[in-house]
Amino acid sequence: MSAILEVENLRKWFPVGGGLFGRGQKQVKALDGVSFTVKPGEILSVVGESGSGKTTLGRTVLRLAEPTGGAIRFEGQDITTLSRRALRPLRRRMQLVFQDPFASLNPRMSVERIVAAPLIIQGGISRAGRQERVAEMLQLVGLQPHHAERHPHELSGGQRQRVGIARALIMNPSFLVADEPVSALDVSIQAQVVNLLLELKERLGLTILFIAHDLAVVGHISDRIAVMYLGRVVELAEAGTLFRDPRHPYTEALFSAAPIPDPTLRRERVILQGDIPSPIDPPSGCAFRTRCRHALPACAAAVPPLREVGPGHFSACIRDDITLQASVSTP
Amino acid sequence: MEAGSGDILLEVEKLAIRFRTHGGESAAVSDVSFCLKRGETLAMVGESGSGKSVTSLALMRLLPKAPLCTVSGSVRLRGKDGGMLDVLSLPESRMRAVRGDNVSMVFQEPMTSLNPVQTIGAQITETIRLHRPMGRRAADEEAVRLLDLVGIPAARQRLTAYPHQLSGGMRQRAMIAMALSCEPSVLIADEPTTALDVTIQAQILDLLRRLQEQTGMAVIFITHNLGVVAEIADRVMVMYAGRVVEQADVVPLFRQPLMPYTQGLLRSVPRLDLAGRRTGALSAIRGNVPDPRRPPPGCAFHPRCDFFVGGRCDVQAPALDVTSDDRQVRCLRWSEIAA
Repeated sequence: MSAILEVENLRKWFPVGGGLFGRGQKQVKALDGVSFTVKPGEILSVVGESGSGKTTLGRTVLRLAEPTGGAIRFEGQDITTLSRRALRPLRRRMQLVFQDPFASLNPRMSVERIVAAPLIIQGGISRAGRQERVAEMLQLVGLQPHHAERHPHELSGGQRQRVGIARALIMNPSFLVADEPVSALDVSIQAQVVNLLLELKERLGLTILFIAHDLAVVGHISDRIAVMYLGRVVELAEAGTLFRDPRHPYTEALFSAAPIPDPTLRRERVILQGDIPSPIDPPSGCAFRTRCRHALPACAAAVPPLREVGPGHFSACIRDDITLQASVSTP
Repeated sequence: MEAGSGDILLEVEKLAIRFRTHGGESAAVSDVSFCLKRGETLAMVGESGSGKSVTSLALMRLLPKAPLCTVSGSVRLRGKDGGMLDVLSLPESRMRAVRGDNVSMVFQEPMTSLNPVQTIGAQITETIRLHRPMGRRAADEEAVRLLDLVGIPAARQRLTAYPHQLSGGMRQRAMIAMALSCEPSVLIADEPTTALDVTIQAQILDLLRRLQEQTGMAVIFITHNLGVVAEIADRVMVMYAGRVVEQADVVPLFRQPLMPYTQGLLRSVPRLDLAGRRTGALSAIRGNVPDPRRPPPGCAFHPRCDFFVGGRCDVQAPALDVTSDDRQVRCLRWSEIAA
């Protein structure tokens, strides 16, 4: 099956500092050579610490941030340099669900206007037709018809996130970027929204790029997972493989830091020292080497490429000679 | 370690907190009782509006004064001389010394709780010199020792750093250093790792555990993350709509939760060991967290409960029962459900 989204050597640099005319200016390399494909109907998750570039990745593939280099192909079409006007019809097919349902809904608008906004922008539909579509969408995400007249402040966090999802789905998109869609929600509500996303994916045949830091949620929802560190993908594999047979020391450390809700379980922890380095001056070679317990002098020499280390399993580490700890044992 | 009565550092009994709002009086917290022993970690678990943060602010006497807010019940804290202090009736001047000396607090977002225009060193030495008779130079040395203790590298250089020059994890370490500066016997940590990455969270949890072993201080850890609870808690107190609904040691609580809300919470967390198996829908708790200003009648959890019985759960407010193995549970039907 051909990919719905192909990202090739994608770069997004932000200039920082510098004097007049950009002298002495430095670049924050938020994305630095990211390549992957998303297959139709799959959920690909992107995980990593804050500052790893996962949010920038989501925004750049939707062309909400302009890429500095590389290529983005959506449903076979190169969209890297398309104009805003040429992008507009494509926008129907790719939508975004935001993290914070308190900040991403206009407090002055009714739920109906919020959900109908994409229809109004894209045009060509009557008022009655709009109302019908909104009612359909609200039902789809598990809200009642009477919620259409409410305003965001009258809704709970979970209901607001449902509104955000309804807005994203009203144009019948094929591809959704969900940027931390459950992390602002209460624990008992998170499971409801995760279930809703999975159900909608099945029902509507959606493809989802899921950006998150909660590994338990990611492990549950994903088909495949990409692990990012300082603007690069360091490992990519099927979800189960990544939890049971990690090949990159960063994946090992990140996954071993995730707390497991079982007090009788005592794991050998790999505790990372220090923080993620500044993306303005990343370490040479493998950016993770400064915190890696397996680092060798050779790690500083060149950026390790993402290599296939097993079927569909890619890792960017030169140490093939080490055995890493799985974060969970096979049940 | 077998605990004698001298090992009890904090005793809270029938704590109730009411706020006066435009819509009239509302009970934020009622009937909260627990005690805390030396070296123990009590996790307070609950969702937004469950009253966990308000409870901790009451222990510190940091809530607004009457008539905006009324606090009743009793909070007794062991003083450095071994006697018990009645926190709710201490004069404010005395309370100021108790905060820091006997009980300290670490907040969720270190960026908003540190002063952005003062150096880390100035903020720590200020706390030290308020509580201990120490010169500037000696206080500086003490600050370096504390920063070192919480694992901040190049501690001496950090004294002159401003909060924005530190990363989130380092700021939280600085906050902990400040909270520890007067060697409190009780530390309240209100979601101290929620804003941090999991890798940094692991570092901070590790640090708290190590400090606790060294000093024997007791910790009240407020969180909604059940993974973190499993990792650090000795005992767990689950709160819902301003009340304690279950209290037990950590292992029995995770192994056999008694209150349907606790059961639902534990079930709704995806299991890492099943990652990638797509085992079907997560079992979610239906409905929404209740509005604390308008709690449902009877048991506050009844509209979301799978064991709800009409005419009973929505009428009668359940009392906190004590089980034979010394657990506490607030549910009319817990013994039927457990059977």
